[in-house]
Amino acid sequence: MKIAIASGKGGTGKTTLATNLASYLAEKEEVVLTDLDVEEPNSGLFINADLVKKEDKFKMIPEWIEDKCTLCGICQKVCNFHAVIQLGTQILVFPELCHSCYACSELCPTDALPMIPQKMGELSHYHRNKLTFIESRLEIGQEQAVPLISQTLDYVDRHFPNEIIKLYDAPPGTSCPVIEATKDADFVILVTEPTPFGLHDLKLAVETMKELKKETGVVVNRFGIGNDDVLRYCKEENIPILAKIPNSRKIAELYSSGELIYRKLPEVKQQLDGIIEHIL
Amino acid sequence: MKIAFTAKGTTWDSMMDPRFGRTEFFLVYDDETDEFTQFDNRDVEGVAHGAGPQTAQKLFELNPGLLITGNGPGGNAATVLERAGIKIYIGAGEMTVKEAYEAYKKNELKEF
Repeated sequence: MKIAIASGKGGTGKTTLATNLASYLAEKEEVVLTDLDVEEPNSGLFINADLVKKEDKFKMIPEWIEDKCTLCGICQKVCNFHAVIQLGTQILVFPELCHSCYACSELCPTDALPMIPQKMGELSHYHRNKLTFIESRLEIGQEQAVPLISQTLDYVDRHFPNEIIKLYDAPPGTSCPVIEATKDADFVILVTEPTPFGLHDLKLAVETMKELKKETGVVVNRFGIGNDDVLRYCKEENIPILAKIPNSRKIAELYSSGELIYRKLPEVKQQLDGIIEHIL
Repeated sequence: MKIAFTAKGTTWDSMMDPRFGRTEFFLVYDDETDEFTQFDNRDVEGVAHGAGPQTAQKLFELNPGLLITGNGPGGNAATVLERAGIKIYIGAGEMTVKEAYEAYKKNELKEF
C-alpha cells in the first residue's frame, strides 16, 4: 500500500501529518516513510532513528569531446530543453537544463557526447523499531528534483516488499516533482487549511490528481480558522474529509520543538484513527 | 560594428524589451553601413525550458559586437554570450530603441 501526502499550498502540514501518521502506524506494524520533498526535506526533524546507510545519487549528463565532434549540429536540434547549444565551433552543455534523455548522446554520429554521471544528491536510510525512514536531499545548485525523486522511489521499491505500508511526504505544489512523487500512489491524502489560499491551491491539487486518476481524501489542518468553503467544495466534488486537525497553540508548540503531536494529544490520535480507518 | 537591441517592435521608436531570453524581437543596427534589420524571436513563447540559451544562440548567429538590453541575461544565456564574445549593456528596458542607442552613445548604460 502506497500513500502519498501532498498539498497544493505549501506549509499546510504535510510533514506534520506524514511523520505523525507513520510513527503512529509503526507502533503496530512495519512502515516506511519516505521524504520526497528533496529540495527541502524536513520529515527528519521529527523522526528519531538510526542511520543504516547513506548513498550518493547521480544523474547522467553529456560531456562534449571536441576531438570527436564534426559540428554536424544534430545534438542541438534534438535537445528539447536547449541544454545543448552549438556556438560556432563549440558545443556548450548546460547540466541544469539537461533532463538526461540521452537523445544527443545516442544520436551523435561520432560518439562525441558520452553520458557522464554527475552527483545530484544523497539518499539516507534510517531505521528504528518498526519504522524505516528514507530521505533524499538535492545538492545545492541542482535545479531538478524529478530524477532524484524517481531514484528514491526505485530504492524504496527494491528494498521493501509491496505489502508493507509506505508513506510518501510529497513536495508542495502541482508541478513535475509532485506528479513524480504521487504517480505510483494507491491513495493521495491532500492536506489543506480552511482559508481562501488553502482552497485555491487545493482545487489545483484535486484537478491534478483527477488527471492522474488517483483516489484522494482531504485532511483539513488548522481547522477552526478561515471559513467553511473548503468543506463545501469537498462535498460538491464528492471528496471525503478524512480528518480535521484543530488549530491549537499546543500543537504549534509541540511542532516547533520537533515533537510528534499525537503522542501528547489524544484528539489528534483520534483524527489519525479516522484516516487509517478510511484508507487501510 | 553591429549593435543588437531587445525590442517589443521593429522600428527605432519601438519600446525596448527588458527581457533577454524571451525578447519579442532583435533589432540590429550596423553603424558602419547604416543598415537596420529586424529578427522575430516570438516563437520562443512556446519554449518551456532553456529560452535563454536558445535566444543567445540565435543572437550569436546574427553576429553583433554588442547587445543593448534591459534587465540583462540570466546565467545560462550569459555563459553563451560570454563565449560568443558579445559585450552587453543593460538598463535600457524602459526606453525606446532610439533612446537606448543614444544613451549608449552618451555612455549612460551600464556594462553587464
